Order: sequence, then structure tokens, then C-alpha cells
Amino acid sequence: MRKPTRLSRFNIASLALGLAFLYLPILILVIYSFNASRLVTVWGGWSLRWYREFFNDRAMIEAAWMSLRVAACSATIATLLGTLAAVALSRGERFRGRTLFSGMLYAPLVMPEVITGLSLLLLFVALNAERGFWTVTIAHTTLTMCFVAVVVQSRLGSLDRSLEEAAMDLGCDPVRAFVAVTLPLIAPAIVAGWMLAFTLSLDDLVIASFTTGPGSATLPIRIYSEVRLGVKPEINAICTLVIALIAVVIVIASLASKLSSSQGDSAAPL
Amino acid sequence: MSARRIFARPARFAVIAPYVWMVLFFLVPFGFVLKISLSQTAIAQPPYEPVFDLTAGWTAIKAAFAALSIDNFKLLISDELYVFAYVRSLTVAATATALLLLIGYPIAYGMARLPRRWQAVAMVLVIVPFWTSFLIRIYAWINILQHDGLLNQILLALHLVSEPVVWLSTDSAMYLGIVYSYLPFMILPLYATLAKMEPALEEAAADLGAAPLKVFWLVTFPLSLPGVGAGVLLCFIPIVGEFVIPDLLAGSNSLMIGQTLWLEFFTNKDWPVASAAAVVLLIVLLAPLLLYERLQRRQLEER
Repeated sequence: MRKPTRLSRFNIASLALGLAFLYLPILILVIYSFNASRLVTVWGGWSLRWYREFFNDRAMIEAAWMSLRVAACSATIATLLGTLAAVALSRGERFRGRTLFSGMLYAPLVMPEVITGLSLLLLFVALNAERGFWTVTIAHTTLTMCFVAVVVQSRLGSLDRSLEEAAMDLGCDPVRAFVAVTLPLIAPAIVAGWMLAFTLSLDDLVIASFTTGPGSATLPIRIYSEVRLGVKPEINAICTLVIALIAVVIVIASLASKLSSSQGDSAAPL
Repeated sequence: MSARRIFARPARFAVIAPYVWMVLFFLVPFGFVLKISLSQTAIAQPPYEPVFDLTAGWTAIKAAFAALSIDNFKLLISDELYVFAYVRSLTVAATATALLLLIGYPIAYGMARLPRRWQAVAMVLVIVPFWTSFLIRIYAWINILQHDGLLNQILLALHLVSEPVVWLSTDSAMYLGIVYSYLPFMILPLYATLAKMEPALEEAAADLGAAPLKVFWLVTFPLSLPGVGAGVLLCFIPIVGEFVIPDLLAGSNSLMIGQTLWLEFFTNKDWPVASAAAVVLLIVLLAPLLLYERLQRRQLEER
């Protein structure tokens, strides 16, 4: 028999400290974004001043808009391609260059972004492509489709294949069996994959810096150049807005996986 | 391919689009890095001499091959700045990974011992910061660590120090930033193996008279080695190429290879040398990457 709980005091302490370490800095940032004082460190009462300042900053707004468009676009393409890749890999048919394919798919997950960014820039320069929205979108698609593939593949791996086989025994061709049976079951993973791709793209600084052109900076590029010049309270407000946006995305993603589990599918979320 | 055959082998058909995409935007770009690393620097746009001109025909290609230059690689080896940057990157990555293991292991261990329901909650709590922008998380630390930041205010209020301590632009700040950013990458694989472990094994060892630390060292830790390996590689490889965290938190006098690459590329505009540096970095990282692949495959087979 397994004992109900084997937690020691040491376990509880390390968990509590670990979570505090992970969350306190972000919490402090959010609180200080409502600070009325110009000095980032002196508390001058609650205020929405820095949020107003952000909404009046045209360059920042433009960068934010660019980031949102790139993220939506690249996440969508990445989800399509990543799902296809996951299906190809987990539905185990042998094809030529399978090892190369899975290698290419896993490498960007751990590769330093500097190398990925540099190599894509060299490609775009060689092709004489004008750098801006589309080059960043292509770069982000390449990076994020690998994450989508991993998320969807793990979901496909935990699915009972006999469901699909039953559909085929009942006369579905493989494509129809996939669309009618498998696709609804992996839909939460696909949604989660899109969300992950979206936030990764929104977050990326290094690859975007290499692949964008003059005049089309993304939000992280702008934030980065501001931060290098020194701390500005406006940045706190922007960061809080980004955190809020990501929080909404996470809630939607978890709702999507809850929804599917309430439909009688008990596989683990994400 | 006829429609009939596509329907018979949908998985084979599905692979075409992502395959072509990855070849075009992942493999081919590396070809360009390799090619440019072998060419000469030029003062023009693009700032390198073209190496092969495919339109010029076979003899021209042969001539181009003869003219390939490994000068850029020779420069890397002879340039102290580069050698130092590589050594520093590897040292920083090794130190930070060791710290991550030390800090992450107890947290993952605590998670694995929670009641089942709470394990899922704890996992979400660890993953959420990973979804939050890393730039924002680093910025949060800049707020705290700066001269008149919260940390110094607290230390002064507690009379632990008599004047503000310089935290920013130090190696400690950089390690703090790296550990903070990569902690979820260390915790999750560790937790995955620890949660799967049979608790009866630890209990048996305890029943046979082993002290808790001995149980941990002789039973728990060896069994968690696959997770340790995955966590170490997941952290070590990206940290070697880390660019933003050292740039924002460490001093500017000792650069890591990621920063050196960036400077060479954007400030000095020496693309061939930057490409050669990237090739060397890739080769340095290829070994752990391949190891990681094999480890993953073995884990998949065990499942």
C-alpha cells in the first residue's frame, strides 16, 4: 500500500521556496507598474499613469501591433505544419529521410537562437528578400512548428489507435477516419500548440532581431532597446499587459483541454 | 501521386509540406552559414565575396572550390577573444547547469511526493512562468537588483549592509538570471522521472535500515539519472549560446560566444568570421545534441 502522503518538511520548504522564487519577481513587477512615482523604486501610490504613457507611445504601439500580427500568422502556419509533422511521425509509416526529418524537427528546440537567427538572415540576404513582416513570420514559423509537433505528437501517442482502426473497419478510408475520429480527439493539443506557438513568437527577441528589417521592430526588440538604456516605469506597464495577455491565452488553452476531458476523454492535459 | 495512393498512405502524404519547409528554412540556411564561413570578407553589401556562382558552370565551381578559404577558422583559433568567449560560454553553462540541478532537484522531488491531485497543480505552476516572456522576467530582476532597487532597500532596512551593494553587471546577477529563466526546463524532466518512480523501492531501503540520505543517494538518485541527463542537456545547450541574459545582467568586459557572434555580425559586419564562429559553436554543441537524441529514443523505447 502506498502511504497517502510522504511529504517531509524539507519537501514542503523546497516547494514553497521554489514557487516563491519563480513568482515573486513577476508579482513585484506587476505591482510597480501601478506606481505613481517616476522613480521605479519609490512607491508613490496607485496610478494608471504608465499605462496611459504606453498608449500614447506610437512607436511602442506599432511594435506591439507588429508582434501580434507576426505571432498570429506564424502560429497558424506553424500549427498546420506541426500537426502534419506530428501525424507523419507518430502514425509510424516509414518514409525516406525519416531520421533527417525528426532530427530537423527536434534540433531547433535546443539550438541556440543566435545560430538559427544568423542562418536565416544569411538565407534571406542570399535570396535578396526584403526583410520585415514576412521574414520574421517565416523564421518564427520554423521555430514554433517544432514545439507544436512535440505537443501534438505526445497527444497522438497517448491516444488509443484502436478507435481509428474501428472507424476504418467500419468502412472509413484513413483520411476520413483521421478527420472524423482522431482530429477531434487531438483538437485540445492542437489548440495548446497554437497558443504555445503564439506566446513563443510574442516572446522571441533574438531570431526577430536577425530577421527583421529597419522600421519593423517587434515589441521585444523595442523593449530590449529601452531596457538597455535604463529602467523606465513605462516598461513595467507594457510587461504587465503582455503578462495579462499571456494569462488569458493560458486560461483559454486550459479550458480547451478541460472541455475535451469532460467529453469523456480522460487523457492527460497537454 | 494518384489520389488513391494518397488516401492509402495519408501519413506519407502529410509529411511533404513540413519536410519541404524544414529543408528550406532550416537545412538550407545552414548550408549558407557553412558557405559564407569559407569565404573572404568584403566591404560591400553583402559583406562577403561570393563563393560559388552556380550560373557560371562547372569549371567556375571547381575554381571556387580551390579558392575556399579556411582563414576565418584559423582566425578563430588564433584570436584570444574568441577562444576566451568559447571557454567562458562553456564554463558559464556548466556552472549554471550545476546550480540548476542543485536548486531544481529538491523542487522536483517535492513535487513528485505531493498527493496526485496537487502534482498537476504544481506542474501548471512551474510551467506558467515558462509561458511568460523571458525578457520580462529578466527585466523584473533588473528592477529588483538595481542600485536603489528592492533588494538593496530590504538589505539596508535590515541593517545587513551599510550601503547599497552593486548587483547589476556582475556575474552573480547573470547566474541568477540564467537559473531563474531555465529552472522550469530543469524541474520538468526531473519531475517526470521522479513521479514515475516506485515509492516501494525507497520504503524497502528505509525498512532495511538505510538512513534517509543513504536512501536518496543509493536508490532515488541513481534511478532518476535519465531525468538528470535530460534536464542537464535541455539547460546546458541553450545556455552556451545565451545572449540576452549576459548582455543585460553581466558586465560588459567578458563576453560569451553568443554576444561575440552578435557583435561581429552587427557591429563589425564581419559575416564570414561570424559564420565560422557559428559553425564552431554548432560543432561544439553537436555532441550533446546527439547524446540527447539517443537518450530520448531510449526513453521512448522504455515506455
